[in-house]
Amino acid sequence: MPSPTGGWSLIDAVLDNLDVFREGFVRTLLLSLFAAVAALLLGSLLATMRVSPVPPLRWAGATYVEIVRNTPLTVVFFFVVFVLPQIDIVFSYFTFAVVALAVYHTAFVCEAVRAGVNGVDAGQAEAARALGLTFPQTLRLVILPQAFRNVIQPLGSVGSALIRNTSIAAAFGVQELTGVSQGLTTANPSDVIAVLLAGIVCYLILTLSLAAGVGLAERRLAAVPR
Amino acid sequence: MSLVLADPPGPRGRRRILIASLVAAALLIALVVLAMLRLADKGQLDPELWQVFADEPDLRTLLWEGLLDTLRAAATGMVLAVAVGTALAFARLSRRRFVRGPATTVVEVLRGLPLLMLIFFAYLGLPELGVNLTAFWALVIGLTAYNGAVLSEIFRAGILSIDRGQTEAAEALGLRGTQIFTLIQFPQAVRRMSPTLVSQLVTLLKDTSLGFVIGYTELLRQGRSAVEFLGGRYALPIYTTLAVIYIIVNGTLSLIARWLERRQSARADGPARTPGDTSVGDTPAELVP
Repeated sequence: MPSPTGGWSLIDAVLDNLDVFREGFVRTLLLSLFAAVAALLLGSLLATMRVSPVPPLRWAGATYVEIVRNTPLTVVFFFVVFVLPQIDIVFSYFTFAVVALAVYHTAFVCEAVRAGVNGVDAGQAEAARALGLTFPQTLRLVILPQAFRNVIQPLGSVGSALIRNTSIAAAFGVQELTGVSQGLTTANPSDVIAVLLAGIVCYLILTLSLAAGVGLAERRLAAVPR
Repeated sequence: MSLVLADPPGPRGRRRILIASLVAAALLIALVVLAMLRLADKGQLDPELWQVFADEPDLRTLLWEGLLDTLRAAATGMVLAVAVGTALAFARLSRRRFVRGPATTVVEVLRGLPLLMLIFFAYLGLPELGVNLTAFWALVIGLTAYNGAVLSEIFRAGILSIDRGQTEAAEALGLRGTQIFTLIQFPQAVRRMSPTLVSQLVTLLKDTSLGFVIGYTELLRQGRSAVEFLGGRYALPIYTTLAVIYIIVNGTLSLIARWLERRQSARADGPARTPGDTSVGDTPAELVP
């Protein structure tokens, strides 16, 4: 149903609520940042476990990844938000959301890092050993620099997914972009489309700038300048 | 590919690995025991809680119906997403810029958006334009829009990976652009991309759980209703059951994906491993959350 006062008032609901959108935007950004840092650290640790020569660590890492990647993020949220309080672990909804997002994306960071390490040609390590480099030297001077380059793009995809997945926190009481947009559609029933489009634009700003950053990093770090 | 980071361990190295294994195993077991003690301490492991499935036959029916609704949404979404993905991939590979340009924009925008926003758009926004949808169709449209864009990228990559000689041969035989796409490129691309396609189905199936936000009665929603009805104490047993159901269904699909992948890499370049390497595992197909 179009707004009764004509076309321009369609965006009034957006302009009148810029503050609300800004708050939602900042909260989405913070959720993404906190969860991304945690997932990056835990995911790298898990990847180390999975490539280590110690079988129990490898199994533990593999089990974690298999369980988490086959479980919907919403179910992870349910565990964090509804089961943890049952054993008297209570945080704010924001912290709960960061925990759920970190737990979930850790598995995907792990797989991206592992794929990056495995993607380095075996000949590289063999050549390094043939030259007499020790294991730490091989890793530090030959493998990791190349693995890092391989990993940028997959980690970028995980990061983009993480930003988009923060929207699920809206269903668990966090007033981030999606939650804010949904609230405004209820308050301004005649401007639903404009409000949702504004929310969509905010997400595109975040995901497209991440994609641009990843592209830039890839070009800078390319072995052969493109 | 696997990586040979170090020489095979000698006697001393093997002893060190054994000690590290014992320590790691002890730590991991201690962690599990601690978690269990905490759960038991808070009464979360009472047999009465976990017998709820035996005591309440209605609960089993409820979850079973939820699973069927989940599978229904996933199947419908997948079929439509494959159709949309094919069309978008075809449009993006078009020689005409006015076809390629808009298709590229649509794909980039859809891939950059949260699925939940797309579902809200279908559920709250489309009625404004005079299209009223049930929760099922709002969910399916959201799933189709997002996964259609993702699949179009998968198909496009598959088509671009096919040897140019195929196209040239088809052109030499006098086939036209559309014919080359539908008869030569697309069938080969689908075959090559089938593992990725199945992995994407796992993602789609997981995403159906977002239906609970708009009140579609899929598995998660039914579980939530059960917990609300029985009381918060039942959160752990019921949500654990839900997780196990998702893991079984998705785990089966993941196994199929891996089997397809192995079959293809076996066909493409023979045995992937040489004997005696201290391998660190296979490179997984790119996983996107």
